[in-house]
Amino acid sequence: MEASGQKIETVMVGDRTIPPEGARYITIYIMGQAYQVPETLTILKAMEFAGYQYKRGCGCRGGICGACGTVYRKQGDHTLHTGLACQTVAEDDMILAQIPFFPANRADHGGVDTSLSPDEQIATLYPEIFRCVGCGTCTRTCPMDIDVMGYIAHFKRGDVMRGAKTSFDCIMCGLCVSRCPANISQMNVAMAARRIAAGQMTPRSETTKNRAEQVNAGRYEEMLAELGQMDKEELKTLYVEREREPDLSLPGEWMPHDQTKL
Amino acid sequence: MQEGYTPEMLELIKRVEASRPERLAQSRAGKSYPAMSMDDRDVVLNAFHPDYSEEGRRALGIGQNQGEVYPEELVDLLESRSMLESVSVDVTQPDMETDVLVIGGGGGGTAAALAAAGEGNQVLLATKLRHGDSNTVMAEGGIQGADQEPDSPYYHYLDVIGGGHFTNEPSLVAAMTNDAPLIIEWLESLGMMFDKHPDGRMKVRHGGGTSRKRMHSSGDMTGAEIMRVVRDEARNRAEQIKVLEFSPAVELLMDDDGRCAGAILHNLETSTFQVVKAKAVIIATGGTGRLHYRGFACTNHYGATGDGLVMAYRAGAKLGYMDSVQYHPTGTAYPEQNVGLLVTEKVRGLGGQLLNINGEQFVFPLEPRDVESAAIIRECTGEGRGVRTPTGRLGVWLDSPLIDQLHGEGTVQRELPAKYIQFKRFGIDIAKVPMLVYPTLHYQNGGIAINDLGESTIPGLYAAGETTGGVHGHNRLMGNSLLDILVFGRRAGLNAAKSIAGGEVPGAPNMEHLQSYGEALADAGLDRGVLSPMILPNYATDEIRKQRWDVQSPVV
Repeated sequence: MEASGQKIETVMVGDRTIPPEGARYITIYIMGQAYQVPETLTILKAMEFAGYQYKRGCGCRGGICGACGTVYRKQGDHTLHTGLACQTVAEDDMILAQIPFFPANRADHGGVDTSLSPDEQIATLYPEIFRCVGCGTCTRTCPMDIDVMGYIAHFKRGDVMRGAKTSFDCIMCGLCVSRCPANISQMNVAMAARRIAAGQMTPRSETTKNRAEQVNAGRYEEMLAELGQMDKEELKTLYVEREREPDLSLPGEWMPHDQTKL
Repeated sequence: MQEGYTPEMLELIKRVEASRPERLAQSRAGKSYPAMSMDDRDVVLNAFHPDYSEEGRRALGIGQNQGEVYPEELVDLLESRSMLESVSVDVTQPDMETDVLVIGGGGGGTAAALAAAGEGNQVLLATKLRHGDSNTVMAEGGIQGADQEPDSPYYHYLDVIGGGHFTNEPSLVAAMTNDAPLIIEWLESLGMMFDKHPDGRMKVRHGGGTSRKRMHSSGDMTGAEIMRVVRDEARNRAEQIKVLEFSPAVELLMDDDGRCAGAILHNLETSTFQVVKAKAVIIATGGTGRLHYRGFACTNHYGATGDGLVMAYRAGAKLGYMDSVQYHPTGTAYPEQNVGLLVTEKVRGLGGQLLNINGEQFVFPLEPRDVESAAIIRECTGEGRGVRTPTGRLGVWLDSPLIDQLHGEGTVQRELPAKYIQFKRFGIDIAKVPMLVYPTLHYQNGGIAINDLGESTIPGLYAAGETTGGVHGHNRLMGNSLLDILVFGRRAGLNAAKSIAGGEVPGAPNMEHLQSYGEALADAGLDRGVLSPMILPNYATDEIRKQRWDVQSPVV
């Protein structure tokens, strides 16, 4: 392609799907109803192509919010599959339904008795975790490949920190909750556990605490007000002359020459 | 096997592979494509950055900011009638009453709700989709806060205002940088899983334009973790914070003295309207990526349609910095399924290079975001050296395999796990073949004008987060958006509570401003029969659109 001196047009249609030239069309069944869509689309975009405008079942469109949990089967196959509509490619003969909401049990842990050990707190809030039958359906269901059954097992064994870390990638789509034969609401158990692990079992940051005290004492108000009074040239000079902390310095190791503004 | 690319594209990739050994040798020798001079930057920005172009922009013909030039898609919404003008809603009979109404259930709105509830107020949080559906959850990089020994809010302030080309509102920058350590401490106290050293010290990194390491993170899903935690805290306070999902606000209510008195909500599932009378209202509705200015793809969530801007403007609030939008230079251009999704700056930070159809570099990989975007657009639409996808989009190569060659096998997979999986799913191994990218709409720099208390120009109406303008000036630094929403969400909530306690409450609500706005529109000859806010984007194909009877919203 040569530079032509004229403006080259590019297709600019936001997030609308444009089927490529000669695209092959497949049949998908949205809640049992057949639609023809071009192959290679995600389920999310295939449904939009078919004419759906989402109210529920669509959020970030990038695999992190958990709004578009979907269950599907293939014609003639007994296996039930799960996935996120925005991350799963639609295939020929897919029969699908979204589960944008599923009732889950959530215990208010705001007033939990913190004199109990972390694992006792979890057991008090969610005693049903001990009904887990170890079938592993939750783990097989998880679109984020989290070992869901594993983290529930860590909580049962009293290792709240390990369970919290194992659950970290959870996007709270609720697909595991929808499939659990023991009626556990795994995502909410994990949510409480992560907050307990970070809030009660992890040392607090001393530097953060000290700095917050300085802020609350009004230490920086005058400094910042002075900056606010400066004209652009003065600010530019300060900006250009500011020292940069080296990339590879160790925590707490490097200090600037000018320490009057700390 | 790279079955995700067409044979034609694989053929073009051979040119990238052909130039790679030479480029690798250059990188190893510490040599890079030359960065632009200030003059060069101006040339490319003026010619190719959408913000600098007259195309696709026009002067707003009505209201507080009349005469200012904004993207047309936004002007279309601001120059529209209310959907409620023809609906009979009895505002004298409120369906709900509350102390504080928060509109928007992302990080900013939730922080506002928690702050107001903490002062003893009853809060109603109304949101368009689910509680938490927001751009907050999509922020990967981190949150800034000057809490380390060699740092202070003073240096954070300098970084912010320099990054914003010295155009920021000083009082807002002061508020944000002063409160940042408090916000970090608050998140920590709520039980957020920050990346920490064993002794509890925060792990901090540099970000673009920072003079000190102050980027705090939680894996590569910092925003999602913040949202999970603050939402969970709000749920623990359900007595005080009532959440209404799938209930976007569509218009504000005012009293006879011009004080905000509540809002009208629209239940998306029953299509009914509810009147909410409130003593104070906080708008935290986020950005406008889903308006797809000039057809650009975006990195935003499904609900980012700028509803809060529209209802606040119609009620007489002033906007600021609305002419300025942040494009992220590297949005996905192929495969079609991933179009618009963010390819993090980290790829270029690790040594990834941008290449044209001939496999040649054409820009220094780490120019400021606006300059980098303009250079890519120039290469594709000006020079004709972009790569065309099967669907007619253009893009340039981002040579990710170079990263493994520079830093060792497995680096791409280890450092960019989410991106690796996202492309692998469609038969593209980004450790072996390059990605195709094009600029994508990322962040709304402007919005509702506020002061450091979170007050808009309308008494009783507060705003926080991406829906506001001023704190970042014309360019935001990475790691300051998660901070911005929490600082100003909290400030708006606290100050709303304070003004209620001080007896500043509205009288009986009315919606007369809708009628008068409609009349002013007609008088100015601007009434095109369009109704706003948009509420939801519409991605139906042309075929489908022809067959639908209810498509009204202006769609790109």
